[in-house]
Amino acid sequence: MSLTSDDVEKVALLARLMLSPDELESMTAEMQQIVGYVDQLAEVDTTGIEPMAHAVELRNVTKDDNVAPSLPRGEALANAPKHNEEGYLVPAVLGD
Amino acid sequence: MSKYTTIIGLEVHVQLATKSKLFCRCSTQFGAEPNTQTCPVCIGMPGSLPVMNEEALNLALQTAVALNCTIPPLTKWDRKQYYYPDLPKGYQISQYDMPMSEHGHLEISDSKDRFETKQIRILRAHLEEDAGKSVHDEVAGRADSVIDLNRTGTPLLEIVSEPDMRSALEARAYLDELKLLLTYIGVSDCNMQEGSLRVDANVNLHIDKGGEKIATPIVEIKNMNSFRAVERAIEYEAGRQYKVWQETGAKLGDSPKQTRGWDDAAGVTRGQRSKEESSDYRYFPDPDLVPVSFSDEQVDAAKASLGELPSTIRESLQSDHGLSAYDAEVLVNQGRTLIDYYQSAVKVAGDAKGVCNWVTQDVLRVLKESDAGIETFSITAASLGDFVAKQKSGELPTARGRDVFDAMLEKGLSAADAMHSLGIEEVDDSELESLCQSLLEANPRIVDDVKGGKQQAVGALIGQAKKQNPNADPSKVRQICLDLIAKM
Ligand SMILES: [Zn+2]
Repeated sequence: MSLTSDDVEKVALLARLMLSPDELESMTAEMQQIVGYVDQLAEVDTTGIEPMAHAVELRNVTKDDNVAPSLPRGEALANAPKHNEEGYLVPAVLGD
Repeated sequence: MSKYTTIIGLEVHVQLATKSKLFCRCSTQFGAEPNTQTCPVCIGMPGSLPVMNEEALNLALQTAVALNCTIPPLTKWDRKQYYYPDLPKGYQISQYDMPMSEHGHLEISDSKDRFETKQIRILRAHLEEDAGKSVHDEVAGRADSVIDLNRTGTPLLEIVSEPDMRSALEARAYLDELKLLLTYIGVSDCNMQEGSLRVDANVNLHIDKGGEKIATPIVEIKNMNSFRAVERAIEYEAGRQYKVWQETGAKLGDSPKQTRGWDDAAGVTRGQRSKEESSDYRYFPDPDLVPVSFSDEQVDAAKASLGELPSTIRESLQSDHGLSAYDAEVLVNQGRTLIDYYQSAVKVAGDAKGVCNWVTQDVLRVLKESDAGIETFSITAASLGDFVAKQKSGELPTARGRDVFDAMLEKGLSAADAMHSLGIEEVDDSELESLCQSLLEANPRIVDDVKGGKQQAVGALIGQAKKQNPNADPSKVRQICLDLIAKM
């Protein structure tokens, strides 16, 4: 499968990344390489092989419903670019 | 004949009543200080790993079997990617192509017969994690938004119906029945104010135009904060779509699905900013979580744990207790604790209809006036049952029932003590007969009137009898007087 710069532009928009024309060009080439690498998997003959839901053959890994301590608020907010001691501050959300 | 048929499907998100979140052990308690219930897992720190909450799986399974869903042998988790400030990981863990349940149904009916009893099919019910909340600044859009991530990762069950409802009334009945069922089995408190139950409605019209059936484009309505709002929004939207169709002739498939928000104050739906570019969710299996398989034993255990469901209780109240459909509906819709109260009282009273009358009329009236629940009601189920039994046996004259009930209610007395405090005792027949005899002797004109064919004249004697002995049973007094006059 081959990627076009339109594909890359769309993915960039979905990830809220702004790419310059130069970046778009180099990114398209790089992503094409990654996708091409993964494409090699298509060469494997999978006739008669059951699809798997997960790479690990494990099921039902659970924990009991008991509350454990959360992070202190100061620590939770510590990495935020902007906060007001109580909450994360982000540019006003439009619409809703 | 209406100009069109309204086609409605509902998506309901219910918060499951777990103590901790779906994939981490942060508390789900509502109303905590912002951002005090988060951890590296639920705020998406690199290197953290989610672990499923066993209880959330159990509650989801109970709900699914209560909705008559099929439980596939294997279910898995997928990442739904979208970019929004209240979604710290940049994706929501949800279920895409292998939901934990599908193909169920819920029966709705109307005790006032405004629509026929019907089954609403459930397409699927799947688990997912909730997002956080944006606190919008009052200064319209100028300042930053504040994000609170306490709710992030709370377990939700999304219950998706087929488009089987045909009116706002049917949609309302579906929501009422669903909420009743969920609260009966105790999987969610369904508190809409706290966001434990949220509803989106998909609405379009089928228009018959000279034999040709035309479907209008489907609109998803959001932001409805009460069941009443859902009803109003659907009614408004149906009318709006018909008008738009008359003006533009736009049909299903002409444009992508539109999302509109309900403005409750204005009573209208409004188009929301198109998020067309973000509607590509690029689902893929979440590698951090292993699949879940429910065994047949687990499914059977979930079914067995449900207890009696509202629809079953409604039926048995009619078939075994001889109640009307309306009375059964009133009792069941009050919730499980009231049904437990009613059933315990009936066991003592041995008179289902009698208990039903007192519960639906007096008990519910008192609860409504005091804005209280049956849990704190001062007359216990056993006391009420005993009270009804005493009326049935004649020990307590029906005419004094209300006085005794009030005394029991106000002073917390048993039926026997309340009767004692009011001086109520059964009047034996010979005592009643001599009372009537003396009244007839004192009122020769009434005797003449009755003999002359005016039977209703005897009513004046009943009042006098009650004055002399408040325990005298009016209907007995009437019969005895008439019998005595006949012999005169
Ligand atoms: Zn957490």
